[in-house]
Amino acid sequence: MAHIPQKTEDTPLDAESSIGNIELTRRKFLGTITVLGGAAFVGSCPTAADSKEFEGWPDSFGCLTDLSACVGCRSCEAACNKQNNLPAPKVPFDDKGAFNELRRPTTSAYTVVNQYKNPKDPGKFVYRKIQCNHCLEPGCATACPIHAYSKTPEGAVLYDENLCFGCRYCMTACPFYVPAFDYESALEPKIVKCTMCYSRVKAGGITACAEACPVGAITFGKRNDLLSIAREKIAKQPDRYVNHIYGEHEVGGTSWIYISNVPFEQVGFPTNLPTTPLVEQTKGFLAAVPLVLTVWPALFGMCYAALRHREDLAKETPASERKEEVK
Amino acid sequence: MANGYAIKKEDFRSRFMDKLLMGMSWPEYMRSLMTPFNVVAFLILCVGLPQIVLRFIFGLAHAVHPSNEYPWGLFLSWGLFGGVPLSATGFVMATAYYIFGFKGYHPLVRLSVLTGLLGYFFAVVYLLCDLGRPWRIYYPMGISFGTASVLFLVAWHVATYLTVQLLEFSPAILEWLKARRVRRWATMITIGMTIAGIILSTLHQSALGAMWLLAPGKVHPLWYSTYLPILFLNSAVYGALCQIIVVSTLSVRFLKSKCGPELLNNVDRLTVGLGKGAAIGMFIYFALKIIAIAHDDNWSLVATSSYGPWFLVELLGFVFLPIMVFVYGVKQKSVGTVRLAAFWAVVGILLNRLNICLVTFNSTLPNHFEHIIPPFGEVSIVLAIVTLHILIFRWILNRLPVLREEPGFEQH
Repeated sequence: MAHIPQKTEDTPLDAESSIGNIELTRRKFLGTITVLGGAAFVGSCPTAADSKEFEGWPDSFGCLTDLSACVGCRSCEAACNKQNNLPAPKVPFDDKGAFNELRRPTTSAYTVVNQYKNPKDPGKFVYRKIQCNHCLEPGCATACPIHAYSKTPEGAVLYDENLCFGCRYCMTACPFYVPAFDYESALEPKIVKCTMCYSRVKAGGITACAEACPVGAITFGKRNDLLSIAREKIAKQPDRYVNHIYGEHEVGGTSWIYISNVPFEQVGFPTNLPTTPLVEQTKGFLAAVPLVLTVWPALFGMCYAALRHREDLAKETPASERKEEVK
Repeated sequence: MANGYAIKKEDFRSRFMDKLLMGMSWPEYMRSLMTPFNVVAFLILCVGLPQIVLRFIFGLAHAVHPSNEYPWGLFLSWGLFGGVPLSATGFVMATAYYIFGFKGYHPLVRLSVLTGLLGYFFAVVYLLCDLGRPWRIYYPMGISFGTASVLFLVAWHVATYLTVQLLEFSPAILEWLKARRVRRWATMITIGMTIAGIILSTLHQSALGAMWLLAPGKVHPLWYSTYLPILFLNSAVYGALCQIIVVSTLSVRFLKSKCGPELLNNVDRLTVGLGKGAAIGMFIYFALKIIAIAHDDNWSLVATSSYGPWFLVELLGFVFLPIMVFVYGVKQKSVGTVRLAAFWAVVGILLNRLNICLVTFNSTLPNHFEHIIPPFGEVSIVLAIVTLHILIFRWILNRLPVLREEPGFEQH
């Protein structure tokens, strides 16, 4: 139910409730038809007219990371760790030794910063902050067979541990390798990932990492505004930035977007992704499901009827009599 | 009165033990178990079963790579994605026999249904080993519905189809128990169950392929295709025909005393027939694989990608070559050649699934091969489950009327 937008003072969403339901209903519509008689217990069956393009929640929030501004101080990692009460890191937050290896978000770190050699200037470094990108139409949510993920109107993609049975299909589906799984736990293994500080944002605040950044490399705001800021920055300093906003279109767009002074593929961003949301990849298949459910019984039932018919004919007219009939 | 009841009870017990021990006394039965095969099986179980226990005590990290980039290892790629297509036997054979009227294949129908039933059962066993919280396995059925997920469809269908297959196989169990009336009821639903099996199998066999459509950046582009669902379904159908040849060959070879005359007299002829069907199915598959490459215009990748040669090994070495062997075997009516091709094609199916799920998945990541070599715990658990699979299969074939007919019951 986290899908349904709630009106709060911080998130003016008056007009959007209906648009919000498009996301809800389209997912449901796609799925209702996937199971025999699924509609009966999944709930209200929406009309096909609702199944339109979903371009993300309007006025939802996001972050813009400027790779060219990041100095690799790891303040964001420290702030995230404190905000989410995570265990102490292997390498302390003020120790640059952490950059000796390429790290990734884990069950004890929602976000990590990695260091890359600057391809333009080998003496310098580029830093990349990794965390959940909070896709507009998340692959993890499409993958989850128990609907443990939801995209909130505020922009965050949230995961509900109480529903998860640990199949890890969300990890297979995530194009950014974000969800981390608690393999060590025997009884309560769960997925761990960034929540875009949902409670802080809900209360009108900004994410802990954006607040902590001393150089303003992370900007929190409405995604539409962030896109304008990013475009403006690139236009003003075309020599400094690569002319691409990562996350504007990748897998249908993400709430967390990036601009960079070096090509994205050289700092570990996946650049082989489609621009359509991942849900589009399986939509065609799911659309074929009701065809099989309706056509197959008739088709194969008819095959069986034809077989019985031939058998009956063979019984009624033994081979010896058939010759006479021809005369 | 009470005395008579006691005698009756005693009688029932002895008859039941008679069934379980196949007419032998306990010491005789135990002695019959002392074979080299059983000793090896026992040793594998001694290593693997404790590993399963440890996996549940210490978490998944005890058995598998605790990798966030490679969430699925051997349990799913071997047990689920490899096991399910080779368990399409029940649906393919039941359709051929009951719906299309290939009446000559009667001696293989029950064996095929049992192969399917056990295959799905053990696919679920592998899944239970792999799930983080397997005790929540019913969640997609009753707690919360991820209706946009292809895995939601797979979960529902595998659960439903397992039930359908149990019902399809139930006449054999009921004949064994001499439950005549229930057996008659069980045979009345055969056609309905067979058609349900076609629907469910069409959908979830292809859904297993559709699951990978969600990972376009991770599945290798030579294997990624919008045709994945149809490729998975198509290969499951020919894979099933080959698997029936494999299972019947092993049964006739190792459990000859349990085979009825109907099977022994016809198995060679039927094997050639199955081989013909498999060859046609594989020709279609081969064509679809080529079309899939053409559809995405991936020709250049075959030549330039580092996995291009490996792709050709799979396509030519494990699809095209077995087709040629099948064609030769069918033309020459050489049962041995057809059997060779069937074993070969079954290996090809497993290779294809392992390639998609494991070998080429995430191939762009650094240290890729370190991640895909499974750790000891995972391998020993897989070996233990394979061994259990074979032992239970053999236990049933030894006792139930599968390879032979039960006297006193009309043909089903």
